[in-house]
Amino acid sequence: MELFKKYPKLFQWIFLLIVFFALCFAIDVPETYKFIRGQAEFVKDPNQSTFVFLGKEVRYYAFDVFWRLPPLLGWLPIWINDSLFFLMNDWMPMEFWNEDTQEYKTRPLVLQITRNLTAFMTFLIELIREILLGGLETIVAFTSWDWIDANPWAELPGLPWTIVAAGSAILAYKLGGRGLAIFAGLAMTYISIFGQWKPSMQTLSFILVAAPLSFIFGLSLGIAAFKSKRVEKALYPILLVMQTMPQYAVLVPALVLFGVGDHAAVIITMIVAVPPMILLTLLGLRAVPPEVIEAGRMSGCNNWQLMFKVLIPTARRDILIGVNQVIMVCFSMAVISAFIGAKGLGFNLLLALNQLNIGLALEAGLCISLIAILLDKMSLAWANKQVDYFGNLNFFQRNKNSLFFGLIMIVGIALAYFGSIYFKDGYNYLFEVPHNKGISTADFWNKGVDWIFDTFFVYIKAFNTWLIVEVLQPMRALYLRMPAIATIVLVVGAGYLIGGARSALVVCGLTLFIALSPWWDRALVTTYMATFGVIVSCIIGFTVGTLCFQNKHSTKFMLNVCDIFQTFPSFVYLIPVMMLFGITDTSVLIAVIVYATIPATRYTIEGLRSVPSGLHDAATMSGVTKFQRLFKIEFPLAFPHMMLGLNQTIVFALFMVIIGAFIGTEDLGQYILKALSDKKGAGIGLTLGICVAFIGLIFDNLIRTWVDKRKKHLGID
Amino acid sequence: MSEPVIKCESVYKIFGENAETMLKEANGNVDAKTFQENGCIVGVNNASFEVSKGEMLVVMGLSGSGKSTLLRCISRLTDATGGKIFIEGQDLLNLNNKELIDLRRNKMGMVFQSFALLPHKTVVENIAFPLQIKGINTEDSINKAMDMVKLVGLDGRENYFPRELSGGQQQRVGIARSLAVEPDIWFLDEPFSALDPLIRKEMQDEFLRLQEKLQKTIMFITHDFDEALKLADRIAIMKDGIIEQLDTPANIVLNPATEYVRKFTEEVPREKVLLIEDVMDSTNTEDIGDLKVSKDEIIENVAEKILTQEKTVAVIDNNNNIVGSINPTKIINTVFGGRKTNN
Repeated sequence: MELFKKYPKLFQWIFLLIVFFALCFAIDVPETYKFIRGQAEFVKDPNQSTFVFLGKEVRYYAFDVFWRLPPLLGWLPIWINDSLFFLMNDWMPMEFWNEDTQEYKTRPLVLQITRNLTAFMTFLIELIREILLGGLETIVAFTSWDWIDANPWAELPGLPWTIVAAGSAILAYKLGGRGLAIFAGLAMTYISIFGQWKPSMQTLSFILVAAPLSFIFGLSLGIAAFKSKRVEKALYPILLVMQTMPQYAVLVPALVLFGVGDHAAVIITMIVAVPPMILLTLLGLRAVPPEVIEAGRMSGCNNWQLMFKVLIPTARRDILIGVNQVIMVCFSMAVISAFIGAKGLGFNLLLALNQLNIGLALEAGLCISLIAILLDKMSLAWANKQVDYFGNLNFFQRNKNSLFFGLIMIVGIALAYFGSIYFKDGYNYLFEVPHNKGISTADFWNKGVDWIFDTFFVYIKAFNTWLIVEVLQPMRALYLRMPAIATIVLVVGAGYLIGGARSALVVCGLTLFIALSPWWDRALVTTYMATFGVIVSCIIGFTVGTLCFQNKHSTKFMLNVCDIFQTFPSFVYLIPVMMLFGITDTSVLIAVIVYATIPATRYTIEGLRSVPSGLHDAATMSGVTKFQRLFKIEFPLAFPHMMLGLNQTIVFALFMVIIGAFIGTEDLGQYILKALSDKKGAGIGLTLGICVAFIGLIFDNLIRTWVDKRKKHLGID
Repeated sequence: MSEPVIKCESVYKIFGENAETMLKEANGNVDAKTFQENGCIVGVNNASFEVSKGEMLVVMGLSGSGKSTLLRCISRLTDATGGKIFIEGQDLLNLNNKELIDLRRNKMGMVFQSFALLPHKTVVENIAFPLQIKGINTEDSINKAMDMVKLVGLDGRENYFPRELSGGQQQRVGIARSLAVEPDIWFLDEPFSALDPLIRKEMQDEFLRLQEKLQKTIMFITHDFDEALKLADRIAIMKDGIIEQLDTPANIVLNPATEYVRKFTEEVPREKVLLIEDVMDSTNTEDIGDLKVSKDEIIENVAEKILTQEKTVAVIDNNNNIVGSINPTKIINTVFGGRKTNN
């Protein structure tokens, strides 16, 4: 009884676990239950039960209600689908002027809007693409096909790669100095020499449209939310769901609305990239000290000046992190949107992965990563740039960069002309190194992979088998063995113990949505993979973070490593694991672990760093050893921050698990991937996406509530 | 007498949802307790005063006394709940946004406790900021800002960022920024409170030097009574939003209006505050010795001279006319008498 009074929480948790296990043992697996014939198959089967809701017939395999809840939300995907089609094809028909046929035509409003948006995006992408690569579309947009036939000289020739490479080096020099310039020049030259120029420029033109647009939208919505509570309240739930929504899932409904191609990819990228930008803008603006705002007001700023000259520059740090995120998302979408027909490196990467040509995939992935790192560093340097007012410069010094660029233009064109004479019948290598005509290291890598495979096959296979048979299979079976009712009791109980009735209610709602959807079993598989990844990532991340924290240099080094790894598009992580482990669950899980270890490590280091130095000194003066200090002072205080890292780790892990569907898993991601090629997949894709997002949100809610309480308890901020 | 630069007529600032209706119902009789029970907090309670041109009014009070709120009402960073405020005859509360911005761009400057510098701008850019906001071109504004850099003695550091400066230096930037537009009215909100004592003294001297040169109309907020005594032409002492006493430093020390004010004045070394004029006997101009002291001297500076005299000493004004007298006993009484001894 003493003990019970001393640790009431502990006993509550033990009680919860007892109830959970009791339920697990009390409810038997129904004899008819089979995982593979899960409830999600919409194949007609006489064993299925049906119900009708809102005029939609839903088929499902009925089980004991305690074992699996009936998919009462099964009509939702169908209903979403029908509504989308209705919106696109029948809602609000109006008369619109048609430029091509010179007459009014009746079209549904939404269709017209999406088509116009599409045309606008296509124009922007084509404009940049044709400056870099040459082409007709932009000129045609202003004139007509007939005109261009009559005046073939007007076709944009595109810039020789030498000019683009030198130009980006000059720009990098202007923004960030010599180091960045050398990196920019080398990266561009590498891309060209290795024959990746065309797809790289296609990807670049996509990014150069998507990233600025996402930035502008995110910033303006962030400002709007900062200015008006109502806007913030309206945006908040969307932001929350979008944060944990897998990028795949957005592809499917966008496919219906915007069709296939680069323009659709840009729009989807914006949908994914804008929410973090909004959140970070809001966070940054909130953190501006009130006195700085008052100083701005007293300097006579009007609202506009206050926002753009005082608030936003002062909130620069957070907004920059937002820009960084936008660029990251853009690159990761540059690959993923290849699924809906976006051109560029992503398409090549996907193709190479499909053919299991690891060498080619590696080259494409390396190019994407190089451009990503370059753009990331350049945007950072741009934001930190200073103006020198006192340099007494003459005309040449002031304009040296533009003059130099002009010179490069002339030299580049001359070189390209010279090239056209020199390489008479082949390709003009000084203009553009064609795809597959550059140096390729693909064979080397492929041979390397073969060699590794031949040499270590036995060990890899043994490890693989051991992991699958001894760890993964039992774990998966355990997750699937949980009766639905027991899972809900466990999650809701945890919610209640951590955050009280409110938290319990929220978590209950989220869990019920998944349980009532037709994909509960698949969600369990997703959760099992994510859990495994998260546990291993956390062990690695916390250990590495703690070890690196012991030394200033290693701390800095590790944070830099995290930065660079974070810049890699998520798909790139699949390449090396496929090299080693082929198409197995192990590959996916290792990619998950590598990807999710980044936030775990970063937050561990930052958490430990946030421990006030006064406490260090106080502890040292009390005569603690290094270990005592770590365990008695640093860990307890850094723990809330580290838990936020766990939160990020879970989100990262879920993303990677879903992307892993490309390798072949049997979880929710696989169904999203299937929905992509399904004509009626929009509703299914979206509902699945929401399911994944909700899994993330359940953990997010629990962890955040706990962290807030803990922080209050410890008196940190 | 010319029109006061700042004039407040029963200004109220009450925070809370239905502050305005409650104020109306209270009918000029605001009681902090009843307001608090109804979820309102009284920031400023019936403040009326005037500040004339070139005068320095120091508002003194402990934290939460409403002194910063009062300043923010007068600079209209927050809107007063009731009352009237006139800036050079203009009704401040009736200005529209554009007029208000105009007023701030040309007439007002403000210095903040936490410096409130823009972190992304260098020293000179920070100082040029109000000028650029006004629409002055880069070259002129930077030139003007450089003059300001020299005025506050930061030459050579104009390209530093705020984070690279010490607290005192940062506040010099804040001061230079607030002076860049050559405002007539200068608000200072606890400008030296975040600084170390030594730096604080140095900055106070610097501030007095500037004020002697510039002759601005000043409202200066502080929680440090010594600072108030050192700088002020007049002091307003605030408690719970109410101005307890508004008077010259000498009068506050000699005749504290309330018990609260008296507590502050108890430990004040009078000889450092009072002038000869405050303690002289203006009726007796007969039977005086040869020594003459100016009526504007602080007692401390001439006490030794007076105490070595046996006769009464003559007090003269600026024109060398004898306006009164003072004898050594009076000095001794002023310095040691009337002060409560604690032991």
